[in-house]
Amino acid sequence: LSSGINAEYGEWSDVTPIPLPYNDREPVVQIMYSERFKDVYSYMAAIMQNKEYSERALALTTDAIELNTANYTVWHYRREILREIKLHLESEMEFTASVIADQPKNYQVWHHRRCIIEMSGDASKELELTEETLTKDAKNYHAWDHRQWVLTQYKMWDRELEYIDELLRKDLRNNSAWNHRYFVIDSTTGWSRGTVEKELDYAAAYISKAPNNESSWNYATGIIKKQSMKYTDFSNFKELCRSLHASNMPSPFLMSTLAEMYIEEENSTAASNIFEKLKGAGQYSGQLLELSAKAAGHLLNCGCGHYLAIVFWGLVSHVKISSWAENNKYFTILYCLTNSYN
Amino acid sequence: NMQTDNIQTDNIQTNSIQTDRQALQQTLEIMALFLQQSMDSLHLVTDGVSTVTSEEQITVEESVEKIFSACLGRTRLKDTFPLHKARHVNYLRKGLSRLSENFECLDASRPWLCYWIVHSLNLLGDKLTTEHQIRISQFIGSVQAETGGFTGNVGHLPHLATTYAAVSAVASLDHEQCWEVIDCERLKAFISTMHNEDGSFAMHKDGELDVRGAYCAAVVATLCGINTEELFKNTGEWIAKCQTFEGGFGSRPGTEAHGGYTFCSLAALILLNKTHLIDKEQLLHWAVHRQMRFEGGFQGRTNKMVDGCYSFWQGGVFPLLHHIISPGNPDCLNKDGWLFSQVALQDYILFCCQYPSGGLVDKPGKSRDYYHSCYCLSGLSVAQHSFNDTFVRGDQNNLIEPTHPIFNIV
Repeated sequence: LSSGINAEYGEWSDVTPIPLPYNDREPVVQIMYSERFKDVYSYMAAIMQNKEYSERALALTTDAIELNTANYTVWHYRREILREIKLHLESEMEFTASVIADQPKNYQVWHHRRCIIEMSGDASKELELTEETLTKDAKNYHAWDHRQWVLTQYKMWDRELEYIDELLRKDLRNNSAWNHRYFVIDSTTGWSRGTVEKELDYAAAYISKAPNNESSWNYATGIIKKQSMKYTDFSNFKELCRSLHASNMPSPFLMSTLAEMYIEEENSTAASNIFEKLKGAGQYSGQLLELSAKAAGHLLNCGCGHYLAIVFWGLVSHVKISSWAENNKYFTILYCLTNSYN
Repeated sequence: NMQTDNIQTDNIQTNSIQTDRQALQQTLEIMALFLQQSMDSLHLVTDGVSTVTSEEQITVEESVEKIFSACLGRTRLKDTFPLHKARHVNYLRKGLSRLSENFECLDASRPWLCYWIVHSLNLLGDKLTTEHQIRISQFIGSVQAETGGFTGNVGHLPHLATTYAAVSAVASLDHEQCWEVIDCERLKAFISTMHNEDGSFAMHKDGELDVRGAYCAAVVATLCGINTEELFKNTGEWIAKCQTFEGGFGSRPGTEAHGGYTFCSLAALILLNKTHLIDKEQLLHWAVHRQMRFEGGFQGRTNKMVDGCYSFWQGGVFPLLHHIISPGNPDCLNKDGWLFSQVALQDYILFCCQYPSGGLVDKPGKSRDYYHSCYCLSGLSVAQHSFNDTFVRGDQNNLIEPTHPIFNIV
């Protein structure tokens, strides 16, 4: 479909190209265009000004897009051409698929494909396309966004939970898949107490496999909170947390969840204990803190290596806990050192 | 005898200096050992389950560890770790004039290049002449659309992102007359056309829809004094729908919580006075977990890799959160600084994000660009400035200018 732009081509002799704006005397973010770029875009500008919606204009936009895939004005013009010449939707799907394969993180191509689908009404290839894209990069934001749109618009939910299962089996840390799971359930069955219970069991299995995987914890605790439910309602999940804690499983996400549970139970003593543990009150950390104080002090007194002393302090005191206002249960756990739990 | 006494005194002094030196050396060695042990304990815990995510993360940690060990293991006295301001200014100044044909991919984003570069220069304290500022504002004027708003380049369609960049670039110039280039009335008309009934904004005519649109629109409307209830009808409610179960915000309702979209959402909600619509606690909980335990920089989403640009998108969320959490509860947040490690973030940027010949990057091994230069520096600024205090890592000369946490303008 390439236009084979060339000043000598008779095909374009009726068009007077409009040169690209170019200021070399007093340049401000002036791009030093290649000859080809200037060529294609000078004709593109003329075509757009003349509002020509033809086959050759379509071919020209292909070249223009190839030179700068982020040119949203050209993509938009291409859509206007396609609306005039309604015949090319099938090949447009192929075209966008190839651009997506080449530049899967480009905004314009995904949006363009969506517009084409809206024109044709044919979303039959989308699950396959997004799946293909996700095979190369399981977290591509545009692919997930597009997939969610297709699912909502064309109601193709059948295999979706299975697909997520497959992705999580491959990589249980794929946070996009976890997020998508929430989206699918939210859009289909909704969140009854029974559904939350089932999903907590699902998350619990993954938590048990890898208790330091933040995604599974975020999912479990997130669905409870988003539905304004309480940990108390879900004894299985509470039991899992308690038994992990009893077995001294070192996981900051476990600690933070326990703290939330205790706060919900209004057990402030237990919650405070968690905070203390998080602060690194374990023996090893205590020693480290003491020694760092001595070393830092010594260096500062020498008036040298000031920076080294501060760096040392910084690394060791990598945990900062903010205060917790008991009256409205406003708390913050900043982040936790795993060595708090030796 | 007097002579002998003097010699003896001298020897004692020399000995005590040597003892001091020895003690110091020993201390430094112990410190290096503990540093290494501390670093070891900060690595990713895989639970014996290896996946693509954990493998990628381990690779990044290894490359960052090499740098940290080299820098922190140095026991030479009077070492400082500079922000190479002159090199960065040089890189930025060049780009402000001419860019090679490798930048053809940014041909529809020229106002962005203006903003990224001018803002970065402002952060570094590099002043532009009035004449230069006028030329920049003239360029911005040349990409103003007749129907209002600003385009990516001359003759292109107006776009909310390039509009935001253009207005922010002008706002970053201190020569007041530059402001006159903006046609506020037409701008309002453009924003209005992008606004949908449900409160969302399209980025351009027949363009994609996501929360960046709301942020871009809210910022320019506020800066140009054209902010009205009507212009942003239902927008606060739509943004609130973008908050996920994780606590952060996605691009649209349903999509994954992400640093860039979270910053846009929160900043927009503050400008629209609609922060009561969201779960602040859950947002804070998500945000604090985005700082990487080992690298010190921020990731954009759970279980993804660190990236220097999130120093601002994620780091910048904290001053905003402080602003909306504190009023009702003066005691619930500590006042020592922001709720993330300003130490660790500055260290990541200083050690891992500076490109040797100027400019800043995503992570070690990546190439420099103006976007990362802008947002690494902006994040560095947030980490250096809290309340009325400054806190500078590496070298006292590393201090850069404070940036506004909503507009990201100096």
